[in-house]
Amino acid sequence: METLEHILAAHPFCSGLAPERLRLLYGCARNCRFDAGQCLHRACEGADKFFLIRHGRVALEIAEPGGTPFMFATLEEGEIVFAGEPMSPCSWLFDARAIEPTQAISIDTACLRGKCERDYRLGYEMMSRFLPILAKRLHAARLQLLDVYGKR
Amino acid sequence: MGNANVTADAPGPGQTPQRYDVVRRQREFANTVTLALKPHAGVRPTFTPGQFNMLYAFGVGEAAVSVSGDPADANTFIHTIRDVGAVSGALARLAVGASVGVRGPFGRGWPMQAAIGTDVLIIAGGLGLAPLRPAILDIFAHRRRYGRVSILFGCRHPKEMLFCRELRRWSRRVNVDVQVTVDHADIGWHAHVGVVPTLIARVALDTRATTVFVCGPEVMMRFSINALQDRGLPARRIYLSMERNMKCAIGLCGHCQFASAFVCKDGPVMCYEKIADMLAVPEI
Ligand SMILES: Cc1cc2nc3c(=O)[nH]c(=O)nc-3n(C[C@H](O)[C@H](O)[C@H](O)COP(=O)(O)OP(=O)(O)OC[C@H]3O[C@@H](n4cnc5c(N)ncnc54)[C@H](O)[C@@H]3O)c2cc1C
Ligand code: FES
Repeated sequence: METLEHILAAHPFCSGLAPERLRLLYGCARNCRFDAGQCLHRACEGADKFFLIRHGRVALEIAEPGGTPFMFATLEEGEIVFAGEPMSPCSWLFDARAIEPTQAISIDTACLRGKCERDYRLGYEMMSRFLPILAKRLHAARLQLLDVYGKR
Repeated sequence: MGNANVTADAPGPGQTPQRYDVVRRQREFANTVTLALKPHAGVRPTFTPGQFNMLYAFGVGEAAVSVSGDPADANTFIHTIRDVGAVSGALARLAVGASVGVRGPFGRGWPMQAAIGTDVLIIAGGLGLAPLRPAILDIFAHRRRYGRVSILFGCRHPKEMLFCRELRRWSRRVNVDVQVTVDHADIGWHAHVGVVPTLIARVALDTRATTVFVCGPEVMMRFSINALQDRGLPARRIYLSMERNMKCAIGLCGHCQFASAFVCKDGPVMCYEKIADMLAVPEI
């Protein structure tokens, strides 16, 4: 049978993670699923978890108070939904909404943070996985801001 | 391949605009139209996917515009034009029945021959899909010559999706992977949101045998090249369609100079391996 530990190990975020670190991460992990239209989290809520997407598609949205939501990114299988600072307490700045039935693994950030503080090598391992994703998203956001497709 | 049959001292179709009539006009979205042009007399010359014509809006001026139609349609030239200024605006406003001057086709197109036997990855941004459409249609017409075919297309918003009906039709083909993304969308949109290079990480890619055709704004092409190289794609397998301001289109005036090359006759399609150094120089 496919256990959560196997599912976690198969996610690209965990690729190459040593078995003892994977076990530590597993201790903070839970399986979750969302129907199309259901929110994974809402802006301003405490970011007490992040999500590793297994299947489906999640939209990141920002809405002006009273305005229509503006979708600025989608994330899919193999990707990760996290607030700007996955390793320190913070709040979500945007809504994340499943636009297809979505299966994910949620990781409790307080639980993981505690383990990282006790084991700096785990902390380093996590940061070196988050940073390239952050950098890629920053580059993509800059390209989006450049609005390169010609005159309106 | 592809160079127009023209020399500097032999006036011909390369130097004298031929009269064509607008026989169809399709509005794609705000400020962008597709025109079908039929020669007033005779037949239209053949063209290679990726080549362009110089279109002359009588009394206003000339602009380079890629051929966006099917190479197998021998009657008309199809061009997709965005109104960004005086000439393109005059062309985009032409009604059915109006006349236009056409010189061409010019330039080197996509390496259709070199791509035979390989997988083909097509990456288009915005109006960049126009010069790629003849290549896509040619690939579909000779589908067995190629391995896996993937098309990645990005634009600003779902309302600015060029050839949206065709994209939908292509995505229903079993032997083509079509992925579309927009920079931003309203909630009703169910496909990708994000810039085109983010799709490159998601596409199946055999780095040893894939030919990549990229066309779009230069910044988007640079980001796409980075993403392709992150995946191990060698520079010699990446082809870009470059745009420079054109005047003569036959290698005489120097307006389109790109370091030691002229985009009008050495391009517009160029192999990334040959131009990587030039692309990195801001002054070029
Ligand atoms: C090989 C090639 C293929 C092209 N294919 C198409 C096509 O399929 N459809 C289409 O709509 N346009 C295409 N273009 C661009 C088109 O030639 C220009 O938009 C046109 O020349 C603008 O002229 P204008 O008088 O309307 O605008 P201008 O008043 O001259 O300029 C308006 C704006 O467009 C910019 N511009 C002008 N010329 C170019 C150029 N060559 N490349 C990029 N930006 C330019 C100017 O900097 C300015 O910001 C192509 C250009 C080349 C070189
Ligand atoms: S446009 Fe004159 S040399 Fe290319």
